[in-house]
Amino acid sequence: MDQSVFLPQGDFGQIFERLREAGYRVVGPAEQEGALTYDVLESADDIPVGLVDRQAPGHYRLEQQNHRRRFDWVGTAQGLKPWLFVAEQPLWVAREVEGGLRFEEVRETPVPTAVIGVRACDLAALALQDRHFLDGDYPDPHYRARRESLLLVAVNCHRSADTCFCVSTGDGPEVTFGADLVLDELDQGYLVKAGSERGAELLARLPGRPVRGWHKRRAKALRKQARTQQRALPSRDLRGPLYAARDDMRHWQPVAERCLTCGNCAAVCPTCFCHRVDEESPLDGSLSRAVRRWDTCFNDEHSYLVGHVVRKSAEHKYRQWLTHKLAIWHDQYDRSGCTGCGRCITWCPVGIDIVEEAERLCREVGES
Amino acid sequence: MAQASIAVHKLTSCSGCQSVFLNLGDDLLVLNELVEISHFIEAGLNNFDAEVDIAFVEGSITTPDDEARILKVRERSRFVVAIGACACSGGVQALRNVKDSVGWAGAVYADTEYLDSLAESRPVAQLVKVDLELWGCPISGRQLIATVRALLQGVPPVLPTEKVCQECKRAGNVCVLVTKAAPCLGPVTRAGCGALCPSFGAPCYTCFGASEQPNCDSLGERLVGLGIPQRQVAERFVSISSGLEPYQKAWARWRIPAKQLDS
Ligand code: SF4
Ligand code: SF4
Ligand code: SF4
Repeated sequence: MDQSVFLPQGDFGQIFERLREAGYRVVGPAEQEGALTYDVLESADDIPVGLVDRQAPGHYRLEQQNHRRRFDWVGTAQGLKPWLFVAEQPLWVAREVEGGLRFEEVRETPVPTAVIGVRACDLAALALQDRHFLDGDYPDPHYRARRESLLLVAVNCHRSADTCFCVSTGDGPEVTFGADLVLDELDQGYLVKAGSERGAELLARLPGRPVRGWHKRRAKALRKQARTQQRALPSRDLRGPLYAARDDMRHWQPVAERCLTCGNCAAVCPTCFCHRVDEESPLDGSLSRAVRRWDTCFNDEHSYLVGHVVRKSAEHKYRQWLTHKLAIWHDQYDRSGCTGCGRCITWCPVGIDIVEEAERLCREVGES
Repeated sequence: MAQASIAVHKLTSCSGCQSVFLNLGDDLLVLNELVEISHFIEAGLNNFDAEVDIAFVEGSITTPDDEARILKVRERSRFVVAIGACACSGGVQALRNVKDSVGWAGAVYADTEYLDSLAESRPVAQLVKVDLELWGCPISGRQLIATVRALLQGVPPVLPTEKVCQECKRAGNVCVLVTKAAPCLGPVTRAGCGALCPSFGAPCYTCFGASEQPNCDSLGERLVGLGIPQRQVAERFVSISSGLEPYQKAWARWRIPAKQLDS
């Protein structure tokens, strides 16, 4: 499947048109309150050009630059998570009927969706969410339906944000799996590579030109440039130091003083999957609706057991988040739960930095 | 047949929370079928002395008359549900508790002789036992419906204590504190509004009061660090729910000493 073509700048809209002909709604980068997010787009013209994101702990700004590239930004506010593991998912409805209750499953038919602009860390996170929601004896039907109707057009990052550390987690910046099409954006156009059968079919219908040697050399140099990152986790497997730090609360106090227990980190983390189920009834009580909502380990209710909140303090909550993500995931899913996207760093209102905290803990327990 | 009787009372308040009943739309008709509404002046029913199963009380206690009335309401009601920021925390008028309200009155009214106010604005729970508090400025219709439904079934309603940030993220908002350095208090405010202000790009104003575990020290330090003047940070914390202790502490920490303010 090593098929590639070169698509000139001016023909970018063709990708859009082919996707729409194939029945997909197209989702891609859009500006919202000063950040890029994935949103439904009407045409290729909806994609902003020349935008670059500046990210730092608790900080995100867009900068308009003087070029026509569409994918020079690095991170969207959310990854693919809200499109698959949706924030509010109706599960079932129970109605009172003669002689008992009737339970009705809620099943939607998702719209086939193509997402343009996905990065390597997004795909790595998607693979982890797939693992959680689809593997095992009880795959989640809601997630599965959306997952099966998804097509992914990925982009190789040609720069990194200051908050990125995917090189250290092994998840980027180059797309190596999971996409139907992979783009490298040059000033003159796009190097388009097929990553699946569906991708190859799309590619065949694009007005592509042959790939030249210089296209490849230029793309390779740009991909290399993205590997320069300012942050790196001390190791891919931090079970040793994190388990060693677990019981001495002095390790967790410095971060707990700053942590707002607001749960923004977990909400933007593309691999976090925690949720709760709320029961809702209309005023007349004629039925009961079960709705699954995003939840996080920073909420009291999340650890409410037999009348007690087990993880009440910020120390306990932050410890749960970090230890689960970077250590316990290895036992559950054979790898860490972090793909180095840096979202938890950028979107933490007080700028708590997961890499800095991991480094500090490693230092304090004397290992790395 | 009505399953319960209710009353909607008003103390010192703007009537916004009572209006939530009137704005329930079709559910107002359903409510009228389910319960007997005994007293609700804004809806034209004046029967203050009625004994009821559930009394919804809007407003804070700021006058001797409020004091007398809330004691009577408590006596005549099985459940007392405080509704809104005023009833739950003293409301915006609790600003008088932290500043010189006598001086303010003098500045506003030509003649203060006819004013009969208490020195402080107090939440209902400081005078009588409150069975349930519904937060918000105003309360949310969704939570009101859930509460009535739960009480009719004889169970406590499930009301959130999590932070506005959680609703904000579920709503798909971009955080305005991060992208615009807006002084959002969502991280220390109880959820319930559905992150209304951030959904329109505005920072949160603490309408639903303090969330569980409000870390106002850290948030305030961050806002000051973003370059927002200390006095503005202090004042953000004491607006709608100024009577709450965590917010008052934050105000005390960042306000410019009173002496400097007056000069
Ligand atoms: S833990 Fe942080 S950096 Fe890692 S995947 Fe989650 S949001 Fe991204
Ligand atoms: S680390 Fe930051 S984003 Fe996460 S809960 Fe604490 S303050 Fe909120
Ligand atoms: S905008 Fe406000 S409520 Fe929303 S996530 Fe940011 S700090 Fe929290």
